[in-house]
Amino acid sequence: MITRRDFFSVLGGGIVVILVADDSDAQESGGGARRGTNEPFPQQLSAWLHIGENGLVTVCTGKVEVGQNARTSLTQAVAEELHAPVSNITMVMGDTALTPFDMGTFGSQTTPRMWPQMRKCGAAAREMLIDLASQKWMVERAGITIANGKVTAGSRSAGFGELTKGEKLTLTIPSSAALTPTTQWKVAGTSVPKVNGRAIVTGAHKYAYDVKLPGMLYGKVVRPASFGATLVSFDGAAAEKMPGVKVVRDGDFLGVVAPDAETAEKALTAVKAEWKQPPADTNSREVFAYFKKNAPGAPSGGDLTPYTVAYIAHVPLEPRAAVADFCGDQLTVWTGTQRPFGVRSELAAKFGLPEDKVHVIMPDTGSGYGGKHEGDAAYEAARLSKAVGKPVKRNWTREEEMTWAYFRPGGLIEVGAKVDPDGTIASWEFHNYNSGGSGLQTPYAIGNKNEKYHAVKSPLRQGSYRGLAATANHFVRECYMDELAHSAKMDPLDFRLKNAKDDRLRGVIEAVAKKFGWSARKKTAGRGFGIAAGFEKGSYVATCCEVGVTNGAVKVLRAVTAFECGAIVNPDQLSNQVEGSNAMGIGGAMFEAIEFADGKIVNPRLSRYRVPRFADMPVIETVLVDRKDLVSAGAGETPIVGIAPAIGNALFDATGQRIRSLPMVPKGMPTAGSAPSAAV
Amino acid sequence: MRSITELDVNGTRRAIAADPDRTLLSVLRDDLDLTGTKYGCGEGQCAACTVLIDGLATRSCITKVGAVAGKKIVTIEGLAPAGRLHPVQQAFLEAEALQCGWCTPGMILGAVSLLKRTPNPSDAEIVSGMNGHICRCGTYPRIVQAIHAAAKKGGRV
Repeated sequence: MITRRDFFSVLGGGIVVILVADDSDAQESGGGARRGTNEPFPQQLSAWLHIGENGLVTVCTGKVEVGQNARTSLTQAVAEELHAPVSNITMVMGDTALTPFDMGTFGSQTTPRMWPQMRKCGAAAREMLIDLASQKWMVERAGITIANGKVTAGSRSAGFGELTKGEKLTLTIPSSAALTPTTQWKVAGTSVPKVNGRAIVTGAHKYAYDVKLPGMLYGKVVRPASFGATLVSFDGAAAEKMPGVKVVRDGDFLGVVAPDAETAEKALTAVKAEWKQPPADTNSREVFAYFKKNAPGAPSGGDLTPYTVAYIAHVPLEPRAAVADFCGDQLTVWTGTQRPFGVRSELAAKFGLPEDKVHVIMPDTGSGYGGKHEGDAAYEAARLSKAVGKPVKRNWTREEEMTWAYFRPGGLIEVGAKVDPDGTIASWEFHNYNSGGSGLQTPYAIGNKNEKYHAVKSPLRQGSYRGLAATANHFVRECYMDELAHSAKMDPLDFRLKNAKDDRLRGVIEAVAKKFGWSARKKTAGRGFGIAAGFEKGSYVATCCEVGVTNGAVKVLRAVTAFECGAIVNPDQLSNQVEGSNAMGIGGAMFEAIEFADGKIVNPRLSRYRVPRFADMPVIETVLVDRKDLVSAGAGETPIVGIAPAIGNALFDATGQRIRSLPMVPKGMPTAGSAPSAAV
Repeated sequence: MRSITELDVNGTRRAIAADPDRTLLSVLRDDLDLTGTKYGCGEGQCAACTVLIDGLATRSCITKVGAVAGKKIVTIEGLAPAGRLHPVQQAFLEAEALQCGWCTPGMILGAVSLLKRTPNPSDAEIVSGMNGHICRCGTYPRIVQAIHAAAKKGGRV
């Protein structure tokens, strides 16, 4: 366990604020600041902040940066409370040896959970600086102010470093420390630019894919012929004749290691392997019937409308990558992951090591979208490194990324409802097979509801994806709301407002309708308008779309989203997330689908799997609803849930055709018989 | 086959020893440590690996190193000599036209090449000129905005 003295020996002298997750730990530690003790830190640390003798601020958190801009927003939180310039603050993120334990960066939890903790650290450090100035200058605390990294009392003024010089002071604070009211924010709530933007635009930032170690070798994995295949035999003789090549077998794992990437590639193709392939349960054409058939306790009969959702791939543009250095019983790994501590546990368990012998370092990664939770590449690199006794790099190819990672679950969703003559939804029935329970529950006020998620053994490895199943559930719910509105002969906006009692939901619906000009929309041939709304992970979203259909070809022309996630932390970055969610969401809505058969992925390449490009972009507008009276919620995921149903509803408006499958228009508007069948 | 012994990268002659059939991407990243050039797909579909060859945007993942010996290669590391950002880099920062940043070096070099051919592009010219580039985070509208802003400032090398 790290002690306070260790901390200063790593970071140098100065002052340290330690935030504990459990307030009782802070009380045990005795409240006030302490000098030079060697006692261990409390167990439940959640963040710490160090101000060095040079005045620079280092803050450590287990959260990671995956493009969602946590590095910037957390820096802002510290700057706000500490009254220090953003440029003087460095965030150390997701390094298991330097940062406190964290479950992982997922579920849009960084803003609601870690952001206030960063502010508390900053606030406590500010008060410590005031104490130091008060002691050193012998002036009353009340006469001391801190602004822009300067501590001032009357005519005296000093930078942080002048006060922290020679100190080894620690303060343990509880998670209930007081914060600056939202209405008085100066740095928080403003559009601070991405703090590491320059390193990215100059190519200087080293992602996991870019990490190199001295003496490092390059590893490749001989992939099984199909999912679940077992290794019967192999012949690595030809590969091992190549200079420096070693073939590594460990059960069904078969890999090669070579001194350079090119030789590794040649060695990979030179290994001959024979695999025993298990029979495949189903394929991407028949999987929806498979879901229903294999769900225990699925309701039979009933007059429900089936919708389907295809499996899709995350396609993080930086594929999974890791460098592992297994040295004796110490394993060090650099990898792009949303769960560095989870990967540490995974590796410790796999190799039978205590967790403190495994060090996982997470360089800011080339996106994840929920797809980088596991340590697959890290485990492969570590296995190879252990076998050859040298550091090994495992950079996945795009094809590996789109085959051997996990997918957003496919699903079958059946829905039904009864509507009173005045447009009130009287009853609601909703069954999700396999895709998941997130966003399952309707945000509309309906008295009589039956909403169930039915787990199924998925034929493909599946896992989280931006917004989880909220995308699938919102697609179905909001398209079906549109179906109900049309059968009740009501405007889709009025029908939603009729059934929405939650003020925040109504707020985003009204905001988007106003910005879009819903009531003034004019129907012309080949054009259609759609609206959708929802709630997930503490935030509210409503999206309106205009689509154009020309000879069956579909283009989304305009997408307007209103988004409300409490008090806004960084307006421009929030807009960026909302815009990006809509851009990404167009893929899953319109054309992305993983095809599989015989235990293989049929289209694991970007030439066979279409993702959104410049030409697919509509005009995207966002309306940010800033609720300074509410706590800030995360925003990296929920904005994605509105676009698919808004497009679907707009397509119905344009053509009279209701498309009940994601993706909706992989080959343009479906003609009779071309849509995937949900018949069960 | 004779190996390639020298490449002109970012205004400097770099000694290498590479089989001419190897990809330029691999030589830049693995041999010369120029890791600002990114792998994204290996089949020329995403343009994350874009570099400039004699000023023109080129996908290094499908370019053999033998084909570029003697030509002038510019990677993202060579775009801001002496630390002064190129107008396109500056415009990307100002428009916040990036999230995870993996596509960004390729996008920037693609935009530099586009502006060289078309100094004041329309929206449609930007879309058709940049459509080979994938930004999975979906910052496309901001990239279009950044390219317009760079054009206004004269986005030349």
